Amino acid sequence: MAIAGKIPTRKYLRQDRLPHIWCPGCGHGIVMQALVRAIHNVGLEQDKTVIVSGIGCSSRASGYMDFDTIHTTHGRALAFATGIKMANPELNVIVMTGDGDASAIGGNHLIHAARRNIGITCICLNNNIYGMTSGQFSPTTPQCMMATTAPYGVVDPSFDLCKLVQAAGASYVARGTAMQARMLEKYITGGLKNDGFSFIEAIDQCPTYFGRKNKLGDAYAMMKRQQEVSVSASKAAAMTPAELEGKQVVGELWNSPRPEYAKAYDAVIAKAQQGATSEDAARYAQRRSEVAPPEGGGR
Amino acid sequence: MPSPSRVLMQGNEAILEGALAAGMRFYAGYPITPSTEIAELAAERLPKVGGRFIQMEDEIASMAAVVGGSLAGVKAMTATSGPGFSLKQENLGYAIHGDIPCVVVNVQRMGPSTGLPTSPAQGDMQQARFGSHGDYGIIALTPSSVSEAYYLTIRAFNLSEQFRVPVILLADEVIGHMREAVALPDPSELTIVERSKPTAPKGEHKPFAPDEKGVPTLPNFGDGYRFHVTGLIHAEDGFATSNPKLVDKAVRRLTNKITDNIDEIYQAEQRDIADADIVVFSYGGTARSAQRAVRMAREKGLKVGFYRPITIWPFHDEMVRQAIAGKKAVIVPELNLGQMAREVERVAHGTTTVIPVTKVTGEILTPAEILAAIEEVR
Repeated sequence: MAIAGKIPTRKYLRQDRLPHIWCPGCGHGIVMQALVRAIHNVGLEQDKTVIVSGIGCSSRASGYMDFDTIHTTHGRALAFATGIKMANPELNVIVMTGDGDASAIGGNHLIHAARRNIGITCICLNNNIYGMTSGQFSPTTPQCMMATTAPYGVVDPSFDLCKLVQAAGASYVARGTAMQARMLEKYITGGLKNDGFSFIEAIDQCPTYFGRKNKLGDAYAMMKRQQEVSVSASKAAAMTPAELEGKQVVGELWNSPRPEYAKAYDAVIAKAQQGATSEDAARYAQRRSEVAPPEGGGR
Repeated sequence: MPSPSRVLMQGNEAILEGALAAGMRFYAGYPITPSTEIAELAAERLPKVGGRFIQMEDEIASMAAVVGGSLAGVKAMTATSGPGFSLKQENLGYAIHGDIPCVVVNVQRMGPSTGLPTSPAQGDMQQARFGSHGDYGIIALTPSSVSEAYYLTIRAFNLSEQFRVPVILLADEVIGHMREAVALPDPSELTIVERSKPTAPKGEHKPFAPDEKGVPTLPNFGDGYRFHVTGLIHAEDGFATSNPKLVDKAVRRLTNKITDNIDEIYQAEQRDIADADIVVFSYGGTARSAQRAVRMAREKGLKVGFYRPITIWPFHDEMVRQAIAGKKAVIVPELNLGQMAREVERVAHGTTTVIPVTKVTGEILTPAEILAAIEEVR
C-alpha cells in the first residue's frame, strides 16, 4: 500500500476490478493509463466525471475506472454521452471507443458529435481490428491486410479518422501512439482542456488478432513499427506527399475552439425565457377563452 | 371555485403538456409523422422551463440520449412512430436491463415497414411487449382520448420513476392528431412521483440491489456514488457476472418487478359486464368506436358489455378472465390482424369464443362494423 501513496493516479482505477481482460501485449492498458494521467493533470473532479464506452475490447476500460461509468451498446457511446452532457452540462464526459465501435457501427454518431462540437472528449483506441470477436477487419484496417473476414486481404479503403472528425467539425483533434505514451497523455490533456468536441486517436496494437494474422511480430515489434512510421505534425508540414507515403502523422493536428454545444443551448434557454412569461400567459389566456362547450352525451 | 380551464388541444400536444407537468426536462428525438408535433412542441416549450431539447441524428441515437439524460438525473422522453420504434428497440432493451426510467411515446401508424404514412393503425401492440431481445417486463399505456393522453403521460412518468422501467405511451394516429377539449388541472392537484434516492453511504450502496418490490435504487451520475452501468448481465454491484445463480436472479427480476406489481400498474375501464352475454374488448382510438357500438347494441336490447384496458402491458390475465368468464363471446376490434385478440384467446383458453374484428385498410373501424360483429353472434 506504500506505493499507492506515491502513484497519484492509482485512485482513478477500481483496484478490485483488476486484473483486466486484455491480452498480454495489448495496448489498451497503456492508453487507459495515459487517460488517467491526463485526468489527473487537468484536475477533473472524480465525482463529476463520467466515462462512457461502447462495445469491444477497448470499451471494457470503463469498468476499470473509478468514476460514474457506463458501458453502453455497440457504436452508441457518443449518443449516450450526448444525452448525459445535455441533461447535465456540469459533468465532464469522456468517451472510450474502438475503431470499429466509433467509425463503423457508430460512424453516424461520431460525425454528428463532432458537428455539434458538444463538450465530450472522445478517445478512439485504434488497433485496426475487431479484437473482441477475434479478428475481423474494421474501417481502419489498412487495405490488403489480412483479417478473418478478409482471407484474401482487405478490399475496403480505410478511414483517416482524424481527417474525418476534423472535417465534421471537431474543435480539437490529435493522434498519438501507445509507444509514445507520454505524448499521448499530452494530447489527451489538451483534449480535456478544450471546451468542445475533442477527438484523440490512440494508435495501439492487437498482437493476438491483427499482429499474428499479418506476421507483424510481437507487441514490441508492432509498437516499434508504430514509432517508425510516425511523423510529427510539424515535420510533416514540410514533407511532400511522396515522402509522407506510408507514414502516419502524429501530434495535435487541429486546435480551433468554437462555441460548445451545451453552452450554445444555454443561449437558447435565455432567448426562450426572455419575455416567455408574458408571451406564454397571453397565449394560454387566449387559448383558454377558446372554450369548447361542455361535453354532452357522447364522444 | 373557478372551474378547471378547458383547452382545445391535439392529442400530441396533450402528451407534451402532460410530460411537462410530470417534470420531463430532457427530450431527444428524431422527426417522424404522426408524432412530430411532440418534438416541435418540446423544442419550443422545454427551454422556457429551463429544460433541454435535442434533435439527434437518428432514432437509435435519440433513444441512447434519453437513457443518458435519465442517468444524469433528468426525467427524459422521446416520441416516435412504428419505423422509429423498431430502431429504438436495442437501446430500449438497454434501459430495461439498466433499470433506467424514461418514457417512449409511439404514435402508431400503418405498417409494416414504411407502410401507409400516416394512416391510423394499432400494429405495434406486440412490438411494444416483445420488440427488444431477451426476456423482460415492460409497461405500456393506451390512451383513448386527448384528455386521457394528458393524464396517461403523467402516469407513464410516475410509473417509470417508481418502477425504474421505460414506459411506452402506446398512442395511435387517431389520438395523436385528434383535437378535443381538455380540462387542464391546477398543477397542485397532480401527484408527481420522483425516483428514490440511495440511503446507504457512498461505497456501500449497491445500485442494483432490489427493494421489496424488486426495484433497485440507482443514484444519478454526478451524485458521487461512482457506480457502473452495463448492458452485460450484472450482479447487484453493477458489474458483469456469469455466475448462473446471479444471472438467473438478474434476468427474472426484470420480468417479476412488473408482474409482481401488476395490481398497482394495471388500469382498465369496465362497463355493463355483469349482465352481458357478449363483451367487447377494445383499446386506444378504436375503443371510441367500440364504445359507441356497445351503446347502439344496448339500445337494440342486446346484452353487451365493454372492457377497455388502459394499461395494455402487462396484460392482466386474471382480470380479463373474470370479465369474460361465462360469456357467449368476446369481440376484439383492433387496427391490426388480431394482435391483442391473441392475448384474449390465450386467457379464454377455449372457454369463451373470441372473435377478432380486424382492419388494415388505413381507415378506422366504425361503430357499424363493430355492431355488425356483435349482431352476428348467436
